[in-house]
Amino acid sequence: MGNLIEVVYFVAVALFILGLKRMSSPRHAREGIVWAGVGMVAATVATFFVPNLENFGLMIAAILIGSGIAFVSGKRVAMTDMPQMIALYNGMGGGAAAAIAAVELLKMSGNHADMSHSMITVQLAVAGAVIGTVSFSGSLIAFAKLQGWLRKAIRFPYQQIFNLVVFVGTIGTGVYLAFVGADISIIILFFVLALAFGVLITIPIGGADMPVVISLFNALTGLAVAFEGFVLNNAAMIIAGTVVGAAGTLLTQLMARAMNRPISNVLFGSFGTTGGAVEEEVTGSLKPIEASDAAVMMAFAEKVIIIPGYGLAVAQAQHKIWEMSKQLIENGVDVKFAIHPVAGRMPGHMNVLLAEAGVPYDRILDLDEINEDFATTDVALVIGANDVVNPVARTNPESPIYGMPILNADYAKNVIVIKRGKGAGFSGIENALFYNDNTRMLYGDGQEMASQLIQGIKEL
Amino acid sequence: MIEAISGISAVYIFLLAAFAGYEVIAKVPVILHTPLMSGSNFIHGIVLVGAMIALGHADSTTEQVVGFFAVLLASMNAVGGYVVTERMLEMFKSSKEKKNG
Repeated sequence: MGNLIEVVYFVAVALFILGLKRMSSPRHAREGIVWAGVGMVAATVATFFVPNLENFGLMIAAILIGSGIAFVSGKRVAMTDMPQMIALYNGMGGGAAAAIAAVELLKMSGNHADMSHSMITVQLAVAGAVIGTVSFSGSLIAFAKLQGWLRKAIRFPYQQIFNLVVFVGTIGTGVYLAFVGADISIIILFFVLALAFGVLITIPIGGADMPVVISLFNALTGLAVAFEGFVLNNAAMIIAGTVVGAAGTLLTQLMARAMNRPISNVLFGSFGTTGGAVEEEVTGSLKPIEASDAAVMMAFAEKVIIIPGYGLAVAQAQHKIWEMSKQLIENGVDVKFAIHPVAGRMPGHMNVLLAEAGVPYDRILDLDEINEDFATTDVALVIGANDVVNPVARTNPESPIYGMPILNADYAKNVIVIKRGKGAGFSGIENALFYNDNTRMLYGDGQEMASQLIQGIKEL
Repeated sequence: MIEAISGISAVYIFLLAAFAGYEVIAKVPVILHTPLMSGSNFIHGIVLVGAMIALGHADSTTEQVVGFFAVLLASMNAVGGYVVTERMLEMFKSSKEKKNG
């Protein structure tokens, strides 16, 4: 039986890696997740046959409850809320890894003579526990932020020092557990400190940086799973966890690079705190426009580039915008979509939404492909995007987003910005583009405005 | 389990798996970043296997409670991760079919 279980685990791991490989090309992506899913089911079923297991009732109950909640919430959530759901489920995985470590540590505290755990195993359990717990509480904060429950980046005096103290405390208790011995009160203190550290490290980070943070926590959870795999002597967990740890680290780097910010800067930098200095330098006024005028402007343009941002996701306007684009295309207008690498809350977020609306791939271009084209564009329609088109990233070294590559919407002959209110973007920085002479503001909900634009074009 | 994975081979497994993870997604297009993050989020749902083993070995009530939560959280990770990833990739498929057809 033992051998058969190992074989199933082996096949599952192979399916995970092949599935991940498939997922990295658009053509085969969907097969990829199905393969990985088959591997997961096989590994789970096989685990029921591991010798000497007890508590099957509890096990089945937990699986049914957990799967039920996750299935319903995963099916119900709007496509726009995907990023925070990833954060949430990722946090669950980190929590599970931490809980596994807790069970192992509790076993040791209950039975000091238990020699089945070698020193190195205990150390790995503790390391996995720290990483998993931080990922758990940090991901929950990330979820709360993206869900809008936690609006502001929370900062307080001596925050970095306070965080450092909590960090040292976490590591200190962890080292005590790993080298001196497991004691129930120390175990509790250890987990409380690790939970607090996860919260503390995430609350000062602004929403614009959340994708990078979630990706980092995703990689950390993978690592925690791998460490607990060593503890349980389970190769499937070691390999799957490590693969995710490495892949997640690479993804995190790719995202951070797209924003031109080192990861250390995201975690320990102070995004937005210097924003005050920038606002004063913005001159000019905001010039509103009516939807009917905007419709005329686009219908008689030769070339229109649409720049979607998080506002599009919030307003669920992707279908309406594509409908509008189709009308323009019928009128002979060349319509393209320009996607900034970090538009929305995650790289690829906008592509997913536009794909949902049915926009063909060849009309969706990324920053490198399209940035040259703005100079020959008649109308750049910015919908719900802000920081990714803010020219201060090019011009003002004082700005916190200085150096981030942006879409050169300001080079277009005309710019129309659909925006709900006059507030600043997620980073809290005023957008100089909105004050340009060739920029017109169309205030309103994205979907509502898109409908009005459609109406406007029809009436021509 | 059959045999314990000895120290050094565990380190080799770790090393090779890390390279595999890195290589597998090295050339991924930006449009797949979110689905891929979601997909890798699903894959570390394998923690469910470990959670089941931990709960299966739990003796005291405290251990059982913590183990129960381990399995609960892990199954949410696995199932939620799958559902969300599948929904995202489903759209890529349908949009392509629309384009072809």
